[in-house]
Amino acid sequence: MGITGVPAVHAVGLHKTFGEVRAVRGLDLTVQQGEVVAFLGPNGAGKTTTIDMILGLSTPDQGEVSIFGHSPRGAIARGQVAAVMQTGGLLRDITVRETVQLTAAMFDSSRPVEEALTRAGILDIANRKVEKCSGGQQQRLRFAMALVSDPGLLILDEPTTGMDVAGRRDFWAAIRADASRGRTVIFATHYLEEADAYADRIVLVRQGEVVADGTAAQIKNLASGRTVKASLPATDRHLLAGLPSADSVDYDAGKLTVRTADSDSVVRYLLNSTAAHDLEVVTNNLEEAFVALTGDGAESETTEPALEGDRA
Amino acid sequence: MSTATAMQDRKPSAGGINRTFLWIEIKRMLRNRRTVIFTVVMPAIFFFIFGLSNKNQQLPNGHSYGQYILISLTVYAAMTAATGAGSQVAVERAQGWSRQLRLTPLLPGAYIAVKAAAALTLSLVAVIAQFVIGALAGVTMDVQTWVTAGLVAWLGSLVFAALGLFVGYLMPSQNVMQILGPALAILAMLGGLFMPIEIMGETFGAIAKFTPAYGIGQLARSPITGQFDAMWIVNVVIWLAIFVGGAALAFRRDTKRV
Repeated sequence: MGITGVPAVHAVGLHKTFGEVRAVRGLDLTVQQGEVVAFLGPNGAGKTTTIDMILGLSTPDQGEVSIFGHSPRGAIARGQVAAVMQTGGLLRDITVRETVQLTAAMFDSSRPVEEALTRAGILDIANRKVEKCSGGQQQRLRFAMALVSDPGLLILDEPTTGMDVAGRRDFWAAIRADASRGRTVIFATHYLEEADAYADRIVLVRQGEVVADGTAAQIKNLASGRTVKASLPATDRHLLAGLPSADSVDYDAGKLTVRTADSDSVVRYLLNSTAAHDLEVVTNNLEEAFVALTGDGAESETTEPALEGDRA
Repeated sequence: MSTATAMQDRKPSAGGINRTFLWIEIKRMLRNRRTVIFTVVMPAIFFFIFGLSNKNQQLPNGHSYGQYILISLTVYAAMTAATGAGSQVAVERAQGWSRQLRLTPLLPGAYIAVKAAAALTLSLVAVIAQFVIGALAGVTMDVQTWVTAGLVAWLGSLVFAALGLFVGYLMPSQNVMQILGPALAILAMLGGLFMPIEIMGETFGAIAKFTPAYGIGQLARSPITGQFDAMWIVNVVIWLAIFVGGAALAFRRDTKRV
């Protein structure tokens, strides 16, 4: 039975609470086969909690997850999903090769051990004890373990934490090479650059919710939008309805503030069609904007009204 | 080098026991120096200290002390080996390996079965090592006694494999054997493995009958004592049930929390 067209991941309305902490609050995520998706958000945004629920390592309080149309456990039993976790998950007293052999042995069908070691770039240290491996080498070992079962979906939780710049670049090159063969990849990260450089699609999470979802360019525009300020006579206020590509419009006592991803269109409209004057275009810092979008102090405009009712 | 298989739906794996897993588990145990010291070297030293000097003495019941102490220390060696092997789950939990295994088709039951099989392998090594040392030191017994005592010590160690799993799932410690080692020595003493129960005095002698090493020790020595009591089997079965039940409960609690 083929599974063409079934989403690799389909998660609906995920909720998870730990005591007082609402780690995930109604998160929806659908990932189509072949996509490379970055799960981007600051520490504590609920990325790991969500990944645990997708993998069936924890059970959502509410909501459902399916992987290739199966339950997480069903997908794992079929060898359709593998994960590279942040820490742990390795036996210190065996060698790199033995670790991959052992992992391969758990599955009905697997790729050759040497192939997984080669793709992960650790064939040269195959006989090294795990406890003698550096953090980066252990991370590559986790990657080799994930590759050996040849899963349709690969999930990586902050995979480059603790790696140096060169190690990071090599690691991503290996992931990219693997994704180009058609594997679906989801990786969690809190680095904007990493998501930008390696993902086709970025899902931005903040406080357990998806706050933005789109291509890297779209997200960057969203995060790096500009602010157009102008003086506008009150008589022209009705013309603001015709403003193109405005994310938000604020008018107060003759002062207009427009937040937009396309400041050129806004300026052109204001100058051509209204009596606006004293125009000023301010570029938001990319990094600052990202922090603003995902940080705790982010504006409530990105929060769904449903959540507010839910909280009350 | 294709990932074509990833694009087709697959059948769920049975998630059962496999040879590679068992083989790597056994290799891991035999490579562990501390395990070998606990299971082979220490019981051998005990034998040389307590057994060798008076191996030709007669017990009050007329049996050779050498035979008595060799069989008793073999039971001790086997139980230490099995407990140590079982308790390794504590180390694997601490290293996140148990969690990693939950990302594979392996079923929890198969994991436990492999752990039990590995524990039995190690306790078999302990039994054989102890018997070889005893034979080299000049202890003689008829074939039937060697075989019966050896089998009882070996299979009886399953009780302690379960104890090891129980404690391994209960405690997060990396050094679970540092607690279990002295505990096992106390259980061995109370079970009459270090000295005959007859010379323990009335109170301790009465307590001894309810401890987990007692039944196995008595059964293992029955070829030389010529005695048999069904209560010894009851002792073994009850302790096995307690430790397996405890291990199952602790395991369930553990997988829920992770």
